[in-house]
Amino acid sequence: MVQITSALPIAKMVGANRVVLGTGIVHVTGDAKLPLEDEKELRRKLVQKALDALQGKE
Amino acid sequence: MRIAHYVNQFFGGIGAEEHAGKGLETRDGAVGPGRLLESLLGNDAHVVVTFVCGDNYAVEHQEELTASVLEKVRQAKVDLFIAGPCFDAGRYGMAAGALCCAIQAELGIPVITAMSEENPGVDLYREALYVIDSGTSIAKMRGVLATMARLGEKLIKKESIGLPAEEGYLRRGLLRDQLVEKKAATRLVDMLIAKMKKEPFESEMPPTAFAPVPIPAAIKDMSKAKVMLITDGGLVPKGNPDRIEGTAATRWGSYSIEGRDDLRAEDYEVSHGGYDTRFVQEDPDRLVPLDALREMERNGVIGKLHDEFISTCGRSNPLSNTRRLGREMAHKIKQDGVDAVILTST
Repeated sequence: MVQITSALPIAKMVGANRVVLGTGIVHVTGDAKLPLEDEKELRRKLVQKALDALQGKE
Repeated sequence: MRIAHYVNQFFGGIGAEEHAGKGLETRDGAVGPGRLLESLLGNDAHVVVTFVCGDNYAVEHQEELTASVLEKVRQAKVDLFIAGPCFDAGRYGMAAGALCCAIQAELGIPVITAMSEENPGVDLYREALYVIDSGTSIAKMRGVLATMARLGEKLIKKESIGLPAEEGYLRRGLLRDQLVEKKAATRLVDMLIAKMKKEPFESEMPPTAFAPVPIPAAIKDMSKAKVMLITDGGLVPKGNPDRIEGTAATRWGSYSIEGRDDLRAEDYEVSHGGYDTRFVQEDPDRLVPLDALREMERNGVIGKLHDEFISTCGRSNPLSNTRRLGREMAHKIKQDGVDAVILTST
């Protein structure tokens, strides 16, 4: 399991092993300030990072 | 003093794991640890009935077992119900906890069990019950039973019960009023000074401890893996069909995303009272990134995206509850043959 979260201290406290930093508590895998296409691109990158973590890549 | 006692198949002398499927047996008098308990309590104490049940049977037929034991304890007219000690045997602990809870609630007689702190039964039942800290070593049986006997006598006599460390039970997380000599500020400074001098002191607010979680093996070939999305951000279908609470959620739901490329705002709502949910409401992919994962499934980056996503609300929830939710989810994830999970947390 990989956790995408913006509340990093909580993930650390409970001992989550694979953590990817999200883009804010109110939109973990998005960013309301970006135009739609840029936001989608950001989401792709975040999810790819999460998949990398699941495969043991940095 | 009349006592009813519950033990598993091992302590009941039936046998080890190969007999864990054995159903409930009711025996007159004390069996195994019950005999020691009697001797510790003295002449006046009698274990009048002992229930012996296999650990698998007990967990798989919890309702039947509880109903049956409850009725027999009622008929036996006992002063005290004892279950265990269970040490670190998880299924034993869960059965003991469930029975104690039911008997306490239905019959109003004192109940006591004993487990090691790591026993899953502790999480589930520590708030409701006196669970004596048994540790994990069966060699400590005598001492554990003595502690149970002492507390049992106090409960029967309705004497006041001391703090967990004084009586030997696991912290229940209950708050109670107490008169103290020193003000909080003075106590705090005393503790700080003791800490600096490396002297022992006891915090009045013990931090929650989390046991380390072993890191699961990495996925070798993501293009063959079945990936599932889970969130604790409270995204639910419009109308919140499972009525997942926006705080201290007791439930979770699993919702189909089969054939969808994108989560549409009009199909979902957010049940979470702990963050500003407007942005997720506007575009649920900001919490459950279906659009990105669907693309990756199509491009062969992942093998398959699971047809359902799981959701609950992770806000102001007692650990006993969230651990149960986690266990239930893990059970489903295994059953569904999922290889990897992406959990998005607000």
